[in-house]
Amino acid sequence: MDQLDRRAQRLVALCMLGCVLFNFPVLAVFNVDGFVLGIPVLYAYIFAAWALLIALMALAVEEGG
Amino acid sequence: MLQGWVIVAISFAYLGLLFAIAYYADKRADAGRSLIVSPYIYSLSLAVYATAWTFYGSVGRAARDGVGFLPIYIGPTLMIALWWVVMRKILRISKANRITSLADFVASRYGKSALLGGVVTTIAVIGIVPYISLQLKAVSNSFTLLLQYPAVVMPANLAAVPVLHDTSLWVALMLAAFTIAFGTRHLYAAEHHHGMVAAIAFESLVKLLAFVAVGVWVTYGIYNGFGDVFARAAADQTLRPMLTPLDGVAGGYSSWVWLTILSMFAIMFLPRQFQVTVIENVEENHLRKAIWIFPLYMLAINVFVLPLAFGGLLHFPAGHVDPDTFVLTLPMFEKQEFLALLVFIGGLSAATGMVIVETIALSTMVCNDLVMPVLLRLRSLRLAERRDLTGLLLGIRRGAIILILLLGFVYFRLAGEAYALVSIGLISFAAVAQFAPAILGGIFWKGGTRRGALCGLLTGFGIWLYTLLLPALERSGWLPVSLLEHGPFGIELLKPLELFGLSGLDETTHAMIWSMIGNVGAYVLASLLSSPTAEEHRQATLFVDVFRREWESARFWRGTASAQDLYDVLTRFVGPAAAATAFGEYAQSKGLRWPDPNLIADAEFVHFVETRLAGAIGASSARIMIASAVREEALTLDEMRRIIAEASQLVMYSHMLEQKSSELEAATAELRAANERLTELDRLKDEFISTVTHELRTPLTSIRAFSEILRADPNIELAQRRKFVDIIAKETERLTRLINQVLDLAKIESGQVEWELSRVDMKEVVSDSVAAMSQVFREKGIEVAVHAPQQVPAVRADVDRMIQVLLNLLSNAAKFCQAGRGKIEIRVSFGGSFVQVDVRDNGPGLSAEEQAMIFDKFRQAGGDTLTGKPQGTGLGLYISRHIVEHFGGRLWVESRPGAGACFSLSLPVEQEREGDGRH
Repeated sequence: MDQLDRRAQRLVALCMLGCVLFNFPVLAVFNVDGFVLGIPVLYAYIFAAWALLIALMALAVEEGG
Repeated sequence: MLQGWVIVAISFAYLGLLFAIAYYADKRADAGRSLIVSPYIYSLSLAVYATAWTFYGSVGRAARDGVGFLPIYIGPTLMIALWWVVMRKILRISKANRITSLADFVASRYGKSALLGGVVTTIAVIGIVPYISLQLKAVSNSFTLLLQYPAVVMPANLAAVPVLHDTSLWVALMLAAFTIAFGTRHLYAAEHHHGMVAAIAFESLVKLLAFVAVGVWVTYGIYNGFGDVFARAAADQTLRPMLTPLDGVAGGYSSWVWLTILSMFAIMFLPRQFQVTVIENVEENHLRKAIWIFPLYMLAINVFVLPLAFGGLLHFPAGHVDPDTFVLTLPMFEKQEFLALLVFIGGLSAATGMVIVETIALSTMVCNDLVMPVLLRLRSLRLAERRDLTGLLLGIRRGAIILILLLGFVYFRLAGEAYALVSIGLISFAAVAQFAPAILGGIFWKGGTRRGALCGLLTGFGIWLYTLLLPALERSGWLPVSLLEHGPFGIELLKPLELFGLSGLDETTHAMIWSMIGNVGAYVLASLLSSPTAEEHRQATLFVDVFRREWESARFWRGTASAQDLYDVLTRFVGPAAAATAFGEYAQSKGLRWPDPNLIADAEFVHFVETRLAGAIGASSARIMIASAVREEALTLDEMRRIIAEASQLVMYSHMLEQKSSELEAATAELRAANERLTELDRLKDEFISTVTHELRTPLTSIRAFSEILRADPNIELAQRRKFVDIIAKETERLTRLINQVLDLAKIESGQVEWELSRVDMKEVVSDSVAAMSQVFREKGIEVAVHAPQQVPAVRADVDRMIQVLLNLLSNAAKFCQAGRGKIEIRVSFGGSFVQVDVRDNGPGLSAEEQAMIFDKFRQAGGDTLTGKPQGTGLGLYISRHIVEHFGGRLWVESRPGAGACFSLSLPVEQEREGDGRH
C-alpha cells in the first residue's frame, strides 16, 4: 500500500492511543487505593478505557460505509 | 445426583447438536445460501480465541494476581486496530495465492520453500501441544469434579491414575473422532469449512452465555453486585493488595507489557486464528464488523472474571480448591445443579472449539507442508504416478489429528500437573510469536529471504525450547532439576530461567525477550547477508506489492504443457468432478475448447492449475507436482539476468532521455532570454533615434526660424541682425556638439574608440579645464576654487578624454548654479592607489531617484530631455562614466536636495614599473 486510506490512519492512531492507555505511566496513575462506584480504581479504569477504545474503533471503521 | 452417564449423555447430545448445525450449514452452502456469509458469524468464529483458558483459566489467574489475565485480551484489541492495514493485506495475499495454512503462507512467501514449510509446521505442532493439553486438562478436570457433585473434591494426582483410567485420554480420543468426522470430509483445504465455522460461531455464543450466566449469578445471586464483592475483598487483609495489583503482585509492568505484546502476536499467528481469520474468510469486508465486534466479545466475557475470582477466594479461603475450577466449584458449592451443568457445557464448548479448529489447521499443515513434500520427493514410492491420491491425503490428515491430540495427552501426563492453565497456554503463545518476524517482515519488507526466515525461526524456536519448554519438563520431574538451578555443566550464565544473568522477570517475559532478540536479529542479519533466488524474489514482490497491481505471475514461467497432462495431475489430487469443473470454467472464461486432447496450455493456464493444486496440497507440494508433470523451462538465473539487464538498459535510456530533455529546456530558456534582450535593445534603439532626432530638431528649428526672418526682411536693423546671427551660430555650435556626442556615444558603445594612452597628471587636467571654462564662470558670476596637493601621482589615461570628462562635470556644475551666487569647489586628492577629483557645486542638488538615473542616456536632472527644460544633450554624464570606467576608474555622485551636488571621479594610480610610453 502506498498510502493508507483515512480509515486505516484512524485505526492505527487508535492502536497507538491504546498502547498509551494500557501502558506504564498511565496505568501507574490509576494503580491506587480507592473505589469508583464500588469498583477498585484500576479495574474501573481498565474496563472503561477498553470500552471507550472499542467504541472509537467501531466509529472509525464503520464511518462512511 | 449427577450420574456419570448423565454427564456423558449430555456431552454427546451437545456434540451431536454441533454436528447437526455443521451438517445443516454445509447443506445450505451446497445450495448456494451459506450461513457463514455474514460478518457477525465471522466475528463470532474469531472468538475461538477464547478457549478453556479463558473459561476456567482467567479466573484462576485473576485469583492469583488480579489483573494478570487482562493483557491476553487487551493485546488482541490493540492488534485488531491494525488489522485494517495488516490483516487486509494478508487476506488479499492469501486469496490471490490460495493459501491453505500458516505454514503454506510462510513457505509461499519465501520462494515456495518446502523446507521452510516443514520447519513452520514442526514449530507449530510442538508449540501448540501444550495448548491442546490445557484443553484436555480443563475438560477432564471439570468432568471429574462434576462427577463428585455435590461434594467439591479436587481430582487426584495424575501419577496415581493408570493411563487407561485417565479421563483425559478418553476426552482426547473422543475429540479426535469428532474432529475427523467434522473437518476432513472435504479435501479441498483452501475451500471454506462452512459447517465448522457455523458450529464454532454457535459454540462462541454458548460459552459466552454460560460464563455470563454464572458471573451474573455469583455477582448478584451470592453477593449484592460488584460493589459488594469488592468491598468484602477489600475488608480481607490477604486480598486487599490485589486491588492495586500492579505494585508487584502481577509481576509488575514489564510482565504486563510483554503479555500484551505476546497476545498481539497470538491473535494473528495461532494456527487456529489464522484458519478462521484468513482461510475461512469469505469476504474481505467482513473484517470491518469484526474489528469491533470481536473486541466487544472479549470485553463481555471478561467483565465477570474478577467477581468470580474474588467470590471464589472468599468462599474457599483455605486454598483447598484450585482457583482454575472456581467457575465450576462455586455453583456446585451452592448446590446449583443446572448452572453447574451449563458451566460444564460452556467449558466443553470452549475446549472443543479450540481443539477442532486447531487440529484441522495443524493437520492441513502436517499433510501439505511436512508429509506430502517428503512423499512426493521419494521416487521409490512412485507417488507422482498414482492415479488417485485423494484417499492418501485424507488419511494423512486424519492420522495427523489423532497424533496431535495424543501428543497433547502425553504432554498433559508429563508436564500438565505442575502448571496452572494460563501458564501452560502462555508457553504456546510464546512459540507462535516466533512466526511474527518472518510473516510481518515478509509482507512489508521485500529484502527478507528464505535463509533469513529459516535462521530467525530456528533461533527463536531454539531459545523457546531452552527457556520455556525445558523448564516445564524439568519441573515435572522428567529431567534433573540441577539444570534449572545451576545451569548446564554448572555454567550459571546459561541457566534456562536466568539466561546471561537476566533475572527478576517472570518466565514468559524472560523467554520472550531473548527469543525475540534472537529471532529478529537472525532474520534481519541472515536476510541482509544472503541474496534471494529468482523464485524468492518473485514471491517477495508478489506478497509485498499485493495492493499495487494485479501481478501477471505467469509472465515469469516459460514452457509448454499439454492441458490433458495438467488435467490428469489435478484429478489425482482433487478428484475428477472438481477438476472437470475447474477446467470447464477456465476454458469458458478464455474461450477455449475443452475437453480437447491436443490443447496446449500456455503459461497462464499452467499458473491457474498450479494455484488450484496449491489450494489442495499447499504451494510447495503443488510446485513439485507441476514440475514433475509438465516440461517446465523455469526461469533460469541467466534469463533472469538478461531480463534485469534489459530493464537496467531501459532505465539508462530513460535517464539519457531525461538528460536530453533538460538540456533542451535549458537551451530554450537561453534562447528566450536572448530574444528578450534583443527585443529590449530594439526598443532602446527606437527610443534613441526618436530622442536624437528630437534633440537635433530643437536647434535646427531655431536656426531655420532666424535665418528665414533674415531672408524675408532685408531691412532689419544691424543690431537685431547681429543678434539673430549670434543665435544661429550658437545653435549651430550646439548642433555640432550634439552630433559629436552622438558619434562619441556610437563609437563607445560599439567599442571603436581609439584611446591615446599616456601618463596623465590630473592636476594639469583640472587647471586646463578650469581655464577653458573661465569665460563661462565669469559670465555667470560663479566663484571657482581649486584645492590640490603639491604633487599628484600620474594616472594612465587619454588626456583629451579626461579633459572632456572634466569639462562635462564643470559645465554641469555651472549650469545648475544660480547666476551671481554660484560657487564651485574642485578638490584633487589621492589616497592608496587612487587619484580622486571632486567637483562640488551649491546648486539645487539631486534627489535619490535622480541620482539613480542621472548616468543613463538622455537623462537629466529636473526631467528628461523629451520635456526639454534644462539645456544640454543628456549624454554627457553617460559618456563620461564610460570613459572613466574604461580606464579602470569610477564616476559617482553624492548629493542631497537643496545642498548641492558633488560629482567625484577616481582613477587608479599608474604602476611605477610600467614606466612612460604609449601603446
